[in-house]
Amino acid sequence: MSTMYILWLRQVKKYFRTPSRIIGSLGQPLLFLLVFGFGFASIYQKAGQGDYIQFLAPGIIMMSVLFTAVFSGIDLIWDRQFGFLKETMVAPVPRWQIMLGKTLGGATVASFQGIIVFVMSLIIGFKIDSLLMLPVAALFVFLVALLFTALGIAIASMLEDMQGFQLIMNFLVMPIFFLSGSLFPLQGLPQALAVITRLDPLTYGIDGLRQSLIGAGTFGLPLDLLVVVVIASILLGVGSYLFERIQA
Amino acid sequence: MNLSRRNGNIISVSGLTKKFKDFVAVDNISFDVREGEIFAFLGPNGAGKSTTIKMLTTLLRPTNGKLMINGNDPVRNKDAVRKSFGIVFQDPSLDSDLTALENMQYHAVLFKVPKDVREKRIEELLRFVELWERRNDMVKTFSGGMKRRLEVARGLLHRPRIMFLDEPTLGLDPQTRNHIWSYLKDICEKENMTVFFTTHYMAEAEKVADRLAIIDHGKIVAIGSSAELENQTHTDSLEEAFIAITGTTIREEQANGTDRMRSIQRMWRRR
Repeated sequence: MSTMYILWLRQVKKYFRTPSRIIGSLGQPLLFLLVFGFGFASIYQKAGQGDYIQFLAPGIIMMSVLFTAVFSGIDLIWDRQFGFLKETMVAPVPRWQIMLGKTLGGATVASFQGIIVFVMSLIIGFKIDSLLMLPVAALFVFLVALLFTALGIAIASMLEDMQGFQLIMNFLVMPIFFLSGSLFPLQGLPQALAVITRLDPLTYGIDGLRQSLIGAGTFGLPLDLLVVVVIASILLGVGSYLFERIQA
Repeated sequence: MNLSRRNGNIISVSGLTKKFKDFVAVDNISFDVREGEIFAFLGPNGAGKSTTIKMLTTLLRPTNGKLMINGNDPVRNKDAVRKSFGIVFQDPSLDSDLTALENMQYHAVLFKVPKDVREKRIEELLRFVELWERRNDMVKTFSGGMKRRLEVARGLLHRPRIMFLDEPTLGLDPQTRNHIWSYLKDICEKENMTVFFTTHYMAEAEKVADRLAIIDHGKIVAIGSSAELENQTHTDSLEEAFIAITGTTIREEQANGTDRMRSIQRMWRRR
């Protein structure tokens, strides 16, 4: 327990110590909320879909969770480059505890980032359906954060340095975001796109968040929850396995 | 008690080999280190010193050979071995975005230093390395020498039976160097701690080590106390003995690419 706690603590401390990073990473979601939110509002309204901000906000909240989570997993590469990983690797504690502590720390940070974006969208005009569902929404945020931090750590365990970072950004993280139904509704999509969106785990995370915040989802909460939990567990397993194999 | 401990050897190595693809970094080496002694691995850069330390400290899996650290096999029984040693790596391994105190606390938890003695021991060690006043400063504001001292303090925090030091005094001024060595010697005597260190400084090996092994091109070419090596080669100093044994002096200029990168990295960090 104490091992996981100290790894968690390290991650959280470092996050709150760099306010510039927190504020910096709010720029993108704010831009998306304002530009897309108000830019597409009238078209969305004319198509008979209602208020676009209502639809968009859960997607943007999850976007910032996704990015923050993947980054806090990937910063394992920095630990390796700056030598700190070696210190952790000679510790007489099971590797999975290190991996899990780090993942929980990253997930906490990413969830917090999601909460800030949530508050930001409330200010812009986002209205939630019921306060009672907020804990469910928080659960989805945390699970998605956990899932993608584990993914980040799994990737970082296989990379030697930051060279492959751009590749992961453009061919993995951005597609996960764009193909998740964060920006557009999942109904009435071309067949191919419909299939791809349903293979994206973030789709279910966003759907669950949308269901719990504005009461309008596609798959229903049980399926959303199931998919997110299963994928998160798998990635935690894979991440632990790959982390275990790291040689300093 | 197992055999290697009974006859007083805390480290025993036989036939240790490490190959990286076709390159043999460590070539069939065997040696023993007695409990409580200060043992040096002396050799030029790229001789296989760090690779050996990595294998002894569970960070690298040997290609071949038998290892015993404090009665445990570092390949099969990693955690038991990890509990028994402290290490100062050749390259910095601190989290520079945490304070000195936080780096110590992190280590204390990971190495299971009992809660009731944790704070006291951290203070004691930080005072010794003269960093107590700076304990709440971020490590990134520290000089190279201060970081090194902090790493030594951290390595001693869990009272290891063996202390591994990989080129520990690189980049330290002579005063700090002496200070650290006298403290380490003191602990060795009081607590029967063993020190295993690598160096390419002759003077350091001669002055500090009870016994030393000369390693060159992955092989141990001589082993014994500095006086023994001088006797064997009929020379008057370790430096001459080294030349008689290896045929060369320690060659800084033949350092490999990694070492060159390291020294450049160090230069940049120390700006």
